[in-house]
Amino acid sequence: MKKVLVLGATSAIAQATVRLLAARGASLYLTGRNAANLDAVTKDAATRGAAKVESQVVDLNDFDTHEALVEAAYTALDGLDGVVLAHGVLGDQAEAQRSWAATEAVLRTNFLSAVSLLTVLANRFEAQKAGTLVVISSVAGDRGRQSNYVYGASKGALNVFLQGLRNRLTKSNVAVVTVKPGFVDTPMTAHLPKNKLFASPEKVARGLLSAADSRKNEVYVPGIWALIMLIIRTIPETVFKRMKL
Amino acid sequence: MKSRESWGRYPQVEQQTHALVWRTDALPRKDGSLLPHGLGRSYGDSCLNAGGTLLLTSGLDRFIAFDPATGVIRCEAGVSLDTILRLVAPRGWFLPVTPGTKFVTVGGAIANDVHGKNHHRGGTFGRFVRRFELLRSDGSRRVCAPDENPDWYGATIGGLGLTGLITWAEVQLTPISNPYVLQETVPFGNLDGFLDVARASEKDYEFTMAWVDCLARGKKLGRGLLYRGNFAPPQFDGLPLARSHLSHGVGLAVPMDMPAFCLNRLSVSAFNWLYYHRQNGKPKQRLTHYDPFFYPLDAIYAWNRIYGRRGFLQFQCVVPYSTARDALKEILERSSRGGLPSFLSVLKTFGDIPSPGWLSFPREGVTLAMDFANRGEKTWKLVEDLDRLTRQAGGAVYPAKDALMSPENFAAYFPQRERFMQYVDPSFSSSFWRRVNPVSLPFSLAAERGETASPPPRSLLAIR
Ligand SMILES: Cc1cc2nc3c(=O)[nH]c(=O)nc-3n(C[C@H](O)[C@H](O)[C@H](O)COP(=O)(O)OP(=O)(O)OC[C@H]3O[C@@H](n4cnc5c(N)ncnc54)[C@H](O)[C@@H]3O)c2cc1C
Repeated sequence: MKKVLVLGATSAIAQATVRLLAARGASLYLTGRNAANLDAVTKDAATRGAAKVESQVVDLNDFDTHEALVEAAYTALDGLDGVVLAHGVLGDQAEAQRSWAATEAVLRTNFLSAVSLLTVLANRFEAQKAGTLVVISSVAGDRGRQSNYVYGASKGALNVFLQGLRNRLTKSNVAVVTVKPGFVDTPMTAHLPKNKLFASPEKVARGLLSAADSRKNEVYVPGIWALIMLIIRTIPETVFKRMKL
Repeated sequence: MKSRESWGRYPQVEQQTHALVWRTDALPRKDGSLLPHGLGRSYGDSCLNAGGTLLLTSGLDRFIAFDPATGVIRCEAGVSLDTILRLVAPRGWFLPVTPGTKFVTVGGAIANDVHGKNHHRGGTFGRFVRRFELLRSDGSRRVCAPDENPDWYGATIGGLGLTGLITWAEVQLTPISNPYVLQETVPFGNLDGFLDVARASEKDYEFTMAWVDCLARGKKLGRGLLYRGNFAPPQFDGLPLARSHLSHGVGLAVPMDMPAFCLNRLSVSAFNWLYYHRQNGKPKQRLTHYDPFFYPLDAIYAWNRIYGRRGFLQFQCVVPYSTARDALKEILERSSRGGLPSFLSVLKTFGDIPSPGWLSFPREGVTLAMDFANRGEKTWKLVEDLDRLTRQAGGAVYPAKDALMSPENFAAYFPQRERFMQYVDPSFSSSFWRRVNPVSLPFSLAAERGETASPPPRSLLAIR
C-alpha cells in the first residue's frame, strides 16, 4: 500500500497504522471528525516521513459525502491502492436496549456507513484491478453476547458483507482484509485494569499491516484471539444462552 | 487499580490517573490536585501525587514539525527522547542535552531541566527549549519563550510540573556527522585524581562523567573511571558498526523483583572490584555507538527492580568547587560507613552556564549521584545526613531524585522558590511539593539569614 485512504484516522489503531505507513514513506489521505485532532495526526504523519499527507474533516455518517470524498482522495494522491477503514463507535449496550435511536446510531456508523463507502471504493478498485481494502472489524462480531450484541451485530453484519465482497473481487486482484482485534489498550481504556489479553494499538497496527502486505482474508490480532473465538463459537447455543457473557 | 510508581519505587502512594489524549483538550475537572506524569523516570516523589490525580502524558506523543535543515523539532510533551532520536539521528541531528536514560519525555526533561554529560559545555536541556505551550487549570494557554511570557518560561523550566501542563515544545537539536562517539576511559586513584582529570578533560571533551567505587576507603577513597568523549568526526561516517547493541527497551529485562539479599555488601563490592580492574589502570580509547555511551542502563529494561519490592533511594547533590574536596570526602565516607553500599555512583562536573529555569538544579561545581537500597530508617537517616552535609557545603540536592529533603533544605537550595510560588497553578501539586512546603513553614528563611522578614507566602497549594 503506497497511496492509502485512512477513514477514521484519529482512532488509536488508525493513528498507529498511519505512523507505520508514514515511516514507510507512503502517501496518505486522512479523514476524521474533529479538525484539531485530525490536524495533530496529519502533522505527525508528515513529520514521520510520509511522502504526502492530505486530510479532510468529514462526518462519515453523512453518506452523501462519500462519492466526493473518494474522488478527492484519488485526486490528492493521484490514485489509490489501499484503504484502511477504521472508523466506528462502541456505543452503550444498555442505552441501545432502551432506545432504537441509540441502536440505529451504532448500526449506521459501524455497518451502513462502511457499506456505503465500500460500495464506492469496491467499484473503483474493481475497475483498476488492483488494491487492498483493509477493514477493522472486531472479535465481537463472531458471536452475539448479552453485554454488547448491538455492537457485535454491526460488526457481524460487516463481516458477512466483507466475505461477499472478497468473493466478488478476488478475480479482479483486489484483496479484502478483515481485521478482528481483541481488547486494545488505548488511552480511553487507560483507567481499566489490564490483563494479558490487552494489546497495544501499535501491536494491532503491525498485525494489520502484515495482514495487508500478505493479502490475508480474515485475521485476529493478536493471533491468540483466533483460538479464543474458536472456543467461544464452538459452545452449543443451548449452553451459551445460559452463560453470563 | 495498580498505582503509578516513581523509578525508585519509593514512596508508594495511592492516586488517581487520567490519560491525556489530545493536546487541544481541556484539563479534566477533579477533586484534589493534578500533576503531569511523563515516563516516571524521576526517583522519589516529584512525579507522584498522593490523593490527587496524575495526568498521564504518554498519549501526547505526536510530532508537529521537524526541519532537517535547521534541526528545530516541535512535538507534543509526551514524546520520549528515544522517539526523537529514532527520527532525527539518521538525519544528522542529536539531542543538545540528554540524561542517562532516553526513556524520558520532553515534558519531563523540561520540568526537571535535566542535565547530561555535557553540562560544562552546553548547560541544561532548558537552554535549548525555544518555546512551549503551557495549559493552566483555568483553561488559559500561553506560548512561552525567552521573549514571550518570559516569566512563565523561567518558572516552568525546572518547575517540577507545578506551573501547568506543557502541551508541546520546540527544541533546538545539535548537528552530528554520524552516530558514533570516540570514547576514552581514564582511571583515577582517588577524589583528587578525579578533580584533576575531570577539569583537565573539560577543554577537549564535550562529554565527561565518572563512575566511582563507593567502597574504596582511605587513600583510595573516590577512585573510579572517567569516561570522556566526542562525537566522531566525518571520517567515521558510514562505518558498518553492528546495530545489535541498540537498546530500545527490548534488551535484557529484569523479569521480577529480586530478593534483597542479591545486593548485599559482598556482591556490590565484587561488582565494583571487577569493574575497576577491567581497565588494568591504563587509559583506553574506543569507538562506540551513541546508545551504549549515553544510555548504558537502558540496555537492562526495568533495572530498578533489582532493588526488590521496597525500592531504593537515589541521592544526587552538587557542591561548589570551593568546598567540593572536603564535602565529597565526607559524603563518600559517610555512605560507605553506613554499611549501605551504593550500587551505582556517578561523579561529574557542572559548568557555570546559567539556566533560564528559576528552580533549575545544576550549578557550578561537582555533582555526585548514588543509589541506596531502601532498608527503612537506616537508609533514611543516611540520606538525611548526606543532605545535611550538602547544605553545609553550600550545595544543593536534585528534586528529581529526592524523597526526603526537608522544607528548610529545599528553601536553602532554591533561593528563587518564593518568586516561583506565584506561578504555581492553584490546581496543581505533587507529593514532593507538599512535603517541602508544609502548611505552615516552621521557620523563615529571611530570618535565618538575618534579613528583614518578609510576610510568609500565602500558599493555596500548601493547604491541599
Ligand atoms: C537511569 C536514569 C538516568 C538518569 N540520568 C539523569 C541525568 O543524567 N540527568 C538528569 O538531569 N536526570 C537524570 N535522570 C532523571 C530523569 O531524567 C528525570 O527525572 C526526568 O525528568 C524524567 O522524565 P519523565 O518523562 O520520566 O517524567 P516524570 O518522572 O514522570 O516527571 C518528572 C517531572 O516532570 C513533570 N512533567 C512531566 N510531563 C510534564 C508536562 N507535559 N508538563 C509539565 N510537567 C511535566 C512531572 O510533573 C514531574 O514533576 C535519570 C533517570 C534515570 C531513571
